[in-house]
Formats: sequence, C-alpha cells, structure tokens
Amino acid sequence: MSLDDETKTFLRSLPSTLNAYHDFVEEILNEMLQMDWDKSILFGVHMALEESISNAIRHGNQENPKKQVQVKCEISAVRFWANICDEGEGYAAGAVPDCRSPGNLGAPGGRGLALIRAYMTTVELSKNGSCLTMEKLLEEPAG
Amino acid sequence: MSTLRHLEISESTSVSVIRFKDQKIIDPQAIQELGQELFDLIEKDDRKKLVLNFSNVEFLSSAALGKLITFDKKSKKQGAELILTNISPEIFQVFAITNLDKLFQIKDSEADALAVL
Repeated sequence: MSLDDETKTFLRSLPSTLNAYHDFVEEILNEMLQMDWDKSILFGVHMALEESISNAIRHGNQENPKKQVQVKCEISAVRFWANICDEGEGYAAGAVPDCRSPGNLGAPGGRGLALIRAYMTTVELSKNGSCLTMEKLLEEPAG
Repeated sequence: MSTLRHLEISESTSVSVIRFKDQKIIDPQAIQELGQELFDLIEKDDRKKLVLNFSNVEFLSSAALGKLITFDKKSKKQGAELILTNISPEIFQVFAITNLDKLFQIKDSEADALAVL
C-alpha cells in the first residue's frame, strides 16, 4: 500500500511465533532493493528488523499466542523507519547488561539491541520498552 | 556418523573442518538443531581441534551468536580448540559490534587456522 509516490507504508499485526515474520521482513527488504538501497545497508536493516521483532515476540510477548506484535514500516529511497510494539509489560533498558563489556562477552542476551543501535541512525524505546522506533537515513545528517 | 542437517564435516589430519549448510541462520528450530550438532562434535565425538568455516553464511541472528558462544564455552570446558574462519565483511561486522571478535579466535582462512592448530 502506498501513501504517495515516494513513501510506502506497511502495517502488520504479527503472531507471537518466532518463524511467522520472516516473509514480512523479506517483503520489506525486497521493496527497498527495488528502491536501489545498497545491499550492505540492507544487511543492517535486515538485522534491525530481525532483532526488534524477535525481541518483541520472545521477551515482550513471551511467545504467548494470544498476543500480537504490531509493526509499522515506512520506506522510501532515502529513509527506513519502523515502529515495533509488543503487548508485554516492558523492561528497563538500563538493566540489560552491556554484552560488549570485556567481562560480559559471554552473557546470554543484550546483543540484539546493541546490533539495532549500531545499524540504525536513531533508536528510541517508549512505553516502558514495549515499543521500539528506529530509523535509518541513507544520507547521514551533517555534523 | 549420521548425516547432519546443518553442518558439513571434513577431516584434515587431526582437525575437523566444519561448514554451515544454511546461508541464513535465523530460524529458531534450525538454530536449536545446529547448536546440538555442534555440541555433539565435542561432547559425543570428542573432537579436540575444530575449524568453523563461515564461507557459506550470509546472515545470522543474535540467537545464532548465542549458540556459538555456548559452543565456545563447551569447547573450552572439553579442552578443545576452536577457530572461526572465512567470515564475510558483513558477518565480521556483527562480531565486531558485539565485541565477539575478542571472544573467539578468528582467522582469515582455513589454511591460517590449520597452521596454528
């Protein structure tokens, strides 16, 4: 579905199963490929979508089949934006150990959010962490 | 050994060279099976020198990284040596972002790994 000639918007309500969203992610990536996004940048978009949606399903909704993950994506030739919300109680992002610290490299979790932050231009958590908004701008802002 | 679903194993003297069959390591069930196949190499087969060749891998999730970390821990516990090789620039960036390039021993090629094992 298209808002206008330049930006396409996708709205999905995804079930809380860890293999039910890959077709949606592929659809977004294929659309961006047709908009001439570079494959190396699409790798990062793929990672950000994979990690944000799987986090929402696994940690937010705890794979509860009665709960959904709401995803909204806006894509254009120069901008990728996504909002992912689960039905969980949220979490304190500051309480997640930094998996990148030298004494914590073998920690079981925390890598997903670190990867999202690395590949996106901006990442914001809201609603106590149950919503994540991320954006990748093809041309980084000056300064 | 029975045929593995996710790994290809070849022997080079005392070293086991392991390649992934999957190009994208994302599916949770596949990651679970992949992890068990890796763990069996050291816990059942008692292999002590392992090269994990990533040449076929185009994408992997943090869940897959978690399995590799567990594999590394189990390898150390069993006294096995593990070296990762042939990692593409995109996949290496994933290791670098998460600082796992400091946890794992990584070499450019199988030959480089075999030279030190």
